[in-house]
Amino acid sequence: MKRMRLVEEEIARRYPAGDMRCPTHLSVGQEAVAAGVGLALRQTDLAVSGHRAHAHYLGKGGNLKAMLAEIYGKSTGCSRGKGGSMHLIDESVGFMGSTAIVAGTIPVGVGLAYGMKCKRSDQVSCIFHGDAAVEAGVFFESVNFAVVKKLPVLFLCENNLYSVYSPLNVRQPKGRSIAKMAEGLGMKCSTGDGNDVAEVYAKTSEALDSIRSGGGPQLIEFSTYRWLEHCGPNYDNDLGYRTEAEYLSWKAQDPIARFESVHLTGGIVSAAEVGRMNLDIEREVSLAFEFADASPFPDAASAYTDLHHIESTVTGIQPESVRA
Amino acid sequence: MVMKTFAAAINDALTVAMELDSNVLCYGLGVDDPKGVFGTTLGLKEKFGSERVFDMPTSENAMTGIGIGAALYGMRPIMTHQRLDFALLSMDQLVNNAAKWRFMFGGQRGVPLTVRMILGRGWGQGPTHSQNLQAWFAHVPGLKVVMPSTAEDAKGLLLSSIFDPDPVIFLEHRWLHNLHGEVPEGDCRTPIGKVRRLREGSDLTIVAMSYMTIEAVHAVDHLALQDVSCDLIDLRSVRPIDWEAIADSVQRTGRLLVLDSGNLTGSISGEIVARVSSDCWDALKCGPQRLAMPDYPEATSPSMTAGYHVRAEHIAEKIGAMLSRKVEFASLKQQRKHPHDVPGDWFSGPF
Repeated sequence: MKRMRLVEEEIARRYPAGDMRCPTHLSVGQEAVAAGVGLALRQTDLAVSGHRAHAHYLGKGGNLKAMLAEIYGKSTGCSRGKGGSMHLIDESVGFMGSTAIVAGTIPVGVGLAYGMKCKRSDQVSCIFHGDAAVEAGVFFESVNFAVVKKLPVLFLCENNLYSVYSPLNVRQPKGRSIAKMAEGLGMKCSTGDGNDVAEVYAKTSEALDSIRSGGGPQLIEFSTYRWLEHCGPNYDNDLGYRTEAEYLSWKAQDPIARFESVHLTGGIVSAAEVGRMNLDIEREVSLAFEFADASPFPDAASAYTDLHHIESTVTGIQPESVRA
Repeated sequence: MVMKTFAAAINDALTVAMELDSNVLCYGLGVDDPKGVFGTTLGLKEKFGSERVFDMPTSENAMTGIGIGAALYGMRPIMTHQRLDFALLSMDQLVNNAAKWRFMFGGQRGVPLTVRMILGRGWGQGPTHSQNLQAWFAHVPGLKVVMPSTAEDAKGLLLSSIFDPDPVIFLEHRWLHNLHGEVPEGDCRTPIGKVRRLREGSDLTIVAMSYMTIEAVHAVDHLALQDVSCDLIDLRSVRPIDWEAIADSVQRTGRLLVLDSGNLTGSISGEIVARVSSDCWDALKCGPQRLAMPDYPEATSPSMTAGYHVRAEHIAEKIGAMLSRKVEFASLKQQRKHPHDVPGDWFSGPF
């Protein structure tokens, strides 16, 4: 959690310099879900996510240097500069991709699970999505198929109450629970405190055990809150779409502070150890930024690669020229 | 070589692919029903089981994304739509995910997904069961778009599509399904992106696609008896387009007529005329011409479709005009005994 937080705080600090030239959606305040789920998943399990994916990627074990280099548009980026913040991938740890269209990876995650079923694998496919994604038709279509075929899928819903500036109450009926609604589609659903990392880990582990043993897909809805603006490094409570009081009440539930205080109070970890952890993380983050900074940009010609497996020799599919 | 129909050739290709590779999946609405998508998927479930051959929920968009996910996992899914029109619900997954995946993740993994869509015309298919929207798909970098015209190519191009490492939109025209042709046995692949020259000639180049190729053959053979010599090129794929072959032909003939099964504006035919005009300007003896569907949806009543579609007589008439020669073309229409809105006597509906 702390690593995710420090990485994103550093992104926010450096963002105004203008060198991260892509839309960047930060997860500050929501780290417990990514950390708890990431820990509960096996490395061989697969995960997909959406536009706000830094924490999911890191939680699954994704390479930090490659993520930052990607945000900076460098050739060492996890998508070689072609994807940016919204298109993260690290297949070596089972993070199969995040994309920018809300709900766009939900069926992809279900398709991965169909492959697992065909291959008799014991993997689980975890689909990170938000509260707005369940408003998309493709969510219902995908859940339906996963239920019909009893696929090993975990729909992991992070409900942070807002889609850009649109609150939940203008998008979904008052009082309706996402988990309850999804239960109506025929799968086991549960809810949890998304700012309590121990609860996230426990509930996710329990769901994964059931899914892995052939129990069919499940959905867990974790409540959490985005501290920063939808896209970008700033606090935006001044815009008036949500109140300062609401933000402060969620900030008081800071998942990192909560976790830390429980462990300090219980004597499980000392303040000195926490300090050392912070220093270690800061050093790692700093080195990762240095790596991203020092990495070269892809050359202009590489804009015209990677469209097909082997660039076709047929004219018309190759670029006519590389524009300077 | 065995004589079989276009539909049987599709079935043959699916069978060969599924025998060759246990990762090949075949799904879509009705693939295992008693009709088997116009016979193209009959018997597959019995041979390969219900995990590899399955009917699906009416969820075109998700089922396309599920195909993408399965492809990323290492499967080779073939999804089938009984009408192209139904696949429009899946444009998000096709355009934003299938076409982009390899590119946007820096070339790490492609999506070997084949999506069969059936095109049509006539027999009351009307505004939303007859659309030929190949230009939509061809506009998207990352997709390949294949349109076979013969039974042999139906098999060869489908096999190439299935084993292509990237997504392919495979468009088969309903009016071709009963067409017979010699088809090689076993694993025979037609390369994607290469035209087939069906007739050689020197007066004029015709570039056609899918069912329009068949109408063109009738027109070209009819005009050959009147000493008009046409070079007839079957595109076979509309992305990529085999520009070299088209340019070679136009350099020799100096005249270009493009036949498109879709609506005129924004069509593949427009792209070909533009490219040839840019690249072969000096060789052209007259302005390149096109015949396509009008810029209107197709109506349902037969009384309104009689003049809507391009037939062999229209092609012959246009060729005569381009050559400034008086040619006989009316008999092409008179020879046809079946109604104008069906492909032949074999066709009795309801599809």
